[in-house]
Amino acid sequence: MSILVIAEHDNSSLKQATLNVVAAAKAVGGDIDVLVAGENVSAVSEAAARIDGVNKVLVADNAVYGHFLGENLGELVAELGKNYGHIFAAAGTVGKDFMPRVAALLDVAQVSDIMRVESEDTFVRPIYAGNAIATVKNSDSIKVVTVRATAFDPVAGEGGSASVENLDIVKDAGLSSFVKEELAKSDRPDLASAGIVISGGRGMQNGENFKMLEQVADLLGAAVGASRAAVDAGFVPNDMQVGQTGKIVAPQLYVAVGISGAIQHLAGMSDSKVIVAINKDEEAPIFQVADYGLVADLFDAVPELEAELKKVI
Amino acid sequence: MKVLVAVKRVIDYNVKVRVKPDNTGVDLANVKMAMNPFCEIAVEEAVRLKEKGVATEIVVVSIGPKAAQEQIRTALALGADRGIHIETDEDVQSLAAAKLLKAVVEKEEPRLVILGKQSIDSDNNQTGQMLAALTGMGQGTFASEVEIDGEKVNVTREVDGGLMTVSLGLPAVVTTDLRLNEPRYASLPNIMKAKKKPLDNMSPADLGVDVAGGLSVLKVEAPAARQAGIKVDDVAQLVDKLKNEAKVI
Repeated sequence: MSILVIAEHDNSSLKQATLNVVAAAKAVGGDIDVLVAGENVSAVSEAAARIDGVNKVLVADNAVYGHFLGENLGELVAELGKNYGHIFAAAGTVGKDFMPRVAALLDVAQVSDIMRVESEDTFVRPIYAGNAIATVKNSDSIKVVTVRATAFDPVAGEGGSASVENLDIVKDAGLSSFVKEELAKSDRPDLASAGIVISGGRGMQNGENFKMLEQVADLLGAAVGASRAAVDAGFVPNDMQVGQTGKIVAPQLYVAVGISGAIQHLAGMSDSKVIVAINKDEEAPIFQVADYGLVADLFDAVPELEAELKKVI
Repeated sequence: MKVLVAVKRVIDYNVKVRVKPDNTGVDLANVKMAMNPFCEIAVEEAVRLKEKGVATEIVVVSIGPKAAQEQIRTALALGADRGIHIETDEDVQSLAAAKLLKAVVEKEEPRLVILGKQSIDSDNNQTGQMLAALTGMGQGTFASEVEIDGEKVNVTREVDGGLMTVSLGLPAVVTTDLRLNEPRYASLPNIMKAKKKPLDNMSPADLGVDVAGGLSVLKVEAPAARQAGIKVDDVAQLVDKLKNEAKVI
């Protein structure tokens, strides 16, 4: 049976998470088709056709899919998905929204947020905020799966030459409509796919002090994140939150500044390749997962870090 | 307007989770249990809607063993009017939970159903969306603001890039994110009063739902432990290590 992968994109460009999800689908084996559903998505579908290992790109280009409303995407993917053995999507807020609808409409289970593929019906996923890892077998006829993108190395985004098929399926459930969105504008890389992430915690004391981290981030080409404590305290918006209840990241380098290391934060970043912790409390649990720990007052250490980096970069 | 809130009994979020030595699951024997934190937010939102005069009745439902009545009583103490306990000792997966809730929705005909976006035990983030699909309702998932506007509800959602607002026709399903509200604590008089509020008990069979699910857990393991590294003396040494040892900058 072949696999349907739902592309993650913003109508203008394909997001890297799609390449990670295709990698997860490859681990299952079989032909891989990619669905691009959105509005004015020609650039996205061209990019999807170049993904290494993709057989066919299906394009549903219509205003009803423009804001990725779960009700409409759910009906579209449930109809297309009947002909597949597996339906895979990234476990971002779009996939988390529409995929359970697909599973319910097909009357099958969903396996959420997989980290590993054991076989075509068996997957490994975190439970209890990553404090336990479950191996789950799915006996249903169609395997509906969301994928933790950072757990899979991406396939190449170039080199493929899939055929592109335009679909004439317009599913407007008529249940929901888009009102507005307020997306954070930033020149920095996207938190979920950045190679370097620097995050601040409650120790930052206020939102103004995050500017210190931004200056270091700009030197390194890094994204800026935050712990839930910093978000709850109102220092920064929730879309910066790294942790089980926020974004899961796994960059090459993760720098935790003024973050104690609550379990819920560790669940969001402990797969990073190299972890640096800067905290004045030498007993802070973050040091138990850090490759390099610096016990120091962050208000001294971060400006120093900026100065030292300027010397070597 | 009638509001239905679904709550789940889970391990208390402060308890350190331990995997059983035989890898069959997580050790829940003699462990403190509580209402799932996202469900507490769902109850709070319903109570606030009632305080604003928007909701007229709050019905709270829970699926689980006999002890799940404790969580229903907690919700009643927080301001819900009556409870429904769907009692089962089976492992109820998301799809079966959604089918049970669908049966309750058909009986109760609420205008709004509020659930937590996920439970902190299985972390699936599925039941609300599945319920919405099965009942043909719109869904406002990961809500940080809920505003009833006549026959519609505007839900501001926490999405990857920021916030997104959708408008849903009623009835609709809302799933809560962390910033929707800060749940109150139940007062002692309200805890006493909650004991007298009505609580219906039924079984999945009473609702005509087979709770068998397609998933089976083969094993549960502790996550691979990450080894603590070294402490560096100063920032200069840190930058040197990152550049020359880890080679990440």
